[in-house]
Amino acid sequence: MLQIKNLHAGIEGKEILKGINLDVKAGEVHAIMGPNGSGKSTLSSVLAGKEEYEVSEGEVKFKGKDLLELSPEDRAREGLFLAFQYPVEIPGVSNINFLKTAINEIRAYRGQGPMDAKEFLAKVKEKQAFVEMTGNLANRSVNEGFSGGEKKRNEIFQLAMLEPVLAVLDETDSGLDIDALRIVANGVNKLRSKDRAFVVITHYQRLLDHIVPDVVHVLFDGKIVKSGGKELALELEKKGYDWIKKEAAIA
Amino acid sequence: MASGNDILKEHISSDYKYGFSSDIEMETAPKGLNEDIVRFISKKKNEPEWMLESRLKAFRHWLTMEEPRHWPHLQFPKIDYQDIIYYAAPKKKTEVKSLDEVDPELLATFSKLGISLEEQKRLVGMQSTIAVDAVFDSVSVKTTFRETLLEKGIIFCSFSEAVHDHPELIKKYMGSVVPYTDNYFAALNAAVFSDGSFCYIPKGVRCPMELSTYFRINTAGTGQFERTLIIADEGAYVSYLEGCTAPQRDENQLHAAVVEIISHRNAEVKYSTVQNWYPGDKNGKGGVYNFVTKRGICLEENSKISWTQVETGSAITWKYPSVILKGDNAIGEFYSVAVTNNFQQADTGTKMIHLGKNTRSTIVSKGISAGKSNNSYRGLVRVAKGASNARNYSQCDSLLMGDKCGAHTFPYIEIKDKSAVVEHEATTSKIGEDQIFYCKQRGIDTEKAVSLIVNGYCKEVLNQLPMEFAVEAQKLLAVSLEGSVG
Repeated sequence: MLQIKNLHAGIEGKEILKGINLDVKAGEVHAIMGPNGSGKSTLSSVLAGKEEYEVSEGEVKFKGKDLLELSPEDRAREGLFLAFQYPVEIPGVSNINFLKTAINEIRAYRGQGPMDAKEFLAKVKEKQAFVEMTGNLANRSVNEGFSGGEKKRNEIFQLAMLEPVLAVLDETDSGLDIDALRIVANGVNKLRSKDRAFVVITHYQRLLDHIVPDVVHVLFDGKIVKSGGKELALELEKKGYDWIKKEAAIA
Repeated sequence: MASGNDILKEHISSDYKYGFSSDIEMETAPKGLNEDIVRFISKKKNEPEWMLESRLKAFRHWLTMEEPRHWPHLQFPKIDYQDIIYYAAPKKKTEVKSLDEVDPELLATFSKLGISLEEQKRLVGMQSTIAVDAVFDSVSVKTTFRETLLEKGIIFCSFSEAVHDHPELIKKYMGSVVPYTDNYFAALNAAVFSDGSFCYIPKGVRCPMELSTYFRINTAGTGQFERTLIIADEGAYVSYLEGCTAPQRDENQLHAAVVEIISHRNAEVKYSTVQNWYPGDKNGKGGVYNFVTKRGICLEENSKISWTQVETGSAITWKYPSVILKGDNAIGEFYSVAVTNNFQQADTGTKMIHLGKNTRSTIVSKGISAGKSNNSYRGLVRVAKGASNARNYSQCDSLLMGDKCGAHTFPYIEIKDKSAVVEHEATTSKIGEDQIFYCKQRGIDTEKAVSLIVNGYCKEVLNQLPMEFAVEAQKLLAVSLEGSVG
């Protein structure tokens, strides 16, 4: 589904990603862990197509298409979803209206007509339950006045509504208390399927207690320096990132 | 299939879609302004002597006045008042009994603008009916539904007709809220005003349909000087809409209108405007100079006046719809969205004058500046001595798009009564790249994202508009800001 080959990218002339290789297949959950400044958020920004980031080398294939050639909105319409680390507030635009616009734009891209209002509302009701969201929250303006936890839940709610084939979760666990973490993780788990892949970017292992990954990668200084099974996350939790840094330095 | 994208594309390619001009045989006054022109206009309208006298008095006063050039945050070249045509009317006879007598080209023009002059019988409950007074250059072409309205005692006609048919009302109310001495453009209007709408809702009557006036400037080199007078008698209610467009022309056209509203005991008038005069091109060439005086008076207790405006057009907008809260417990409201793009300039706001006891006013102003435009809010809240327990709440927000535009806020607060409570909130924000990126990541393209964000920002104001107008206003906002985010 997603193949990243030798990806080099940076911002304002500074190279941050220095040759990333990653292969994510449908149905898989990949966790990307790493210390601060290793390039985790840059990777998610580059995948989503944030304009400030420049790709200097390498290629990214998404469903066989050249992802880097697509505009950010077309990437979304092709089924790539980014759960933001810092979800943005849009005052005066209700969550519902925002999602309806998004869904219908995506449908139009695929040559489908707008979603029937009844079907849409039924879907809202169903998916809200995934993240234990109340109707009130869905009717409020996008992220406006939401608590940190509510914002993250809203990201997962949007994920559920838009049904992407690839979801990138950028530090979705940051700023969450234990209850919110459980709700968010449960929501993600309900959305796991054989057709959908996840790339879970996180600093801490605790999220991976709830969302159990198939593969764990360690990102350090713009490169994936180690990959392994879910036990790698536990090892990192125990030993910290220093040994990885030392290993990388030796290599 | 008409997707959102198609609709948007259509808007983008059309720029100012009302920019066409109509080829209609017109009768015009010679260029320039002097007492003879004033007499000419009055004669054309077959006016009684008292009306001519009133015009001449205003004209003579105007000669002694100066343009308001220094205090507004506006820059504009010297206006040559001798280079303007003050009267232009379609040649065919203007007093029509039925639609068949109206020049078909005129009908076509209004239908192109989406204004129906046919009194279609719509299914009850399906859609609200709107009565329209269509003003083309200097004359009112047709007022629809007037017979239906008359059954309830409601008078809705052109101003010229009212001068003939209801002189007592005109004499009593015209100039009672905006006297000709008020300001330069009000004086000019009082001297040369050509037509406009007149509306009287009798005691205890709730107007069963929205009333509206649609203004269209067509002839090159003409100014438009219409006058609207709305009177809601005791316990009456009316919702009034005003729309306007003009052809795309390279030279600037002057529009100087006066609107007066009188709201009696327990009466309510809701006045909504979607102002879409030609704003000039992307380089700031052409466009309408919009110098307008709009004011209402809550004459007696428990009366209410509410202004809602969506200002997207004109090269220059100078406009402060105001309310004089004279009666006790009177309520004044002002909801405004003003958009400026390219080289447009707007200096707009309101005045709330609290004279009565327990009077309340609300001001919600949303400015949006893009391109190289300048957008200013200017508002006055005055509480006179003895206006005990007056309350005002003002909220002025500015939204900037890009880094070459300006947003300015000039609030004036004059409080002479200690019991007054006045609140003022102001914010300035920039439309965020991060907001747009967030939308894009959800599959929404830039243009749609801007429109979504802007409409969200303006929601409190758009919610005040009647349904059909609100939809129109939303589309208009999207078109006006097209291309303003790179």
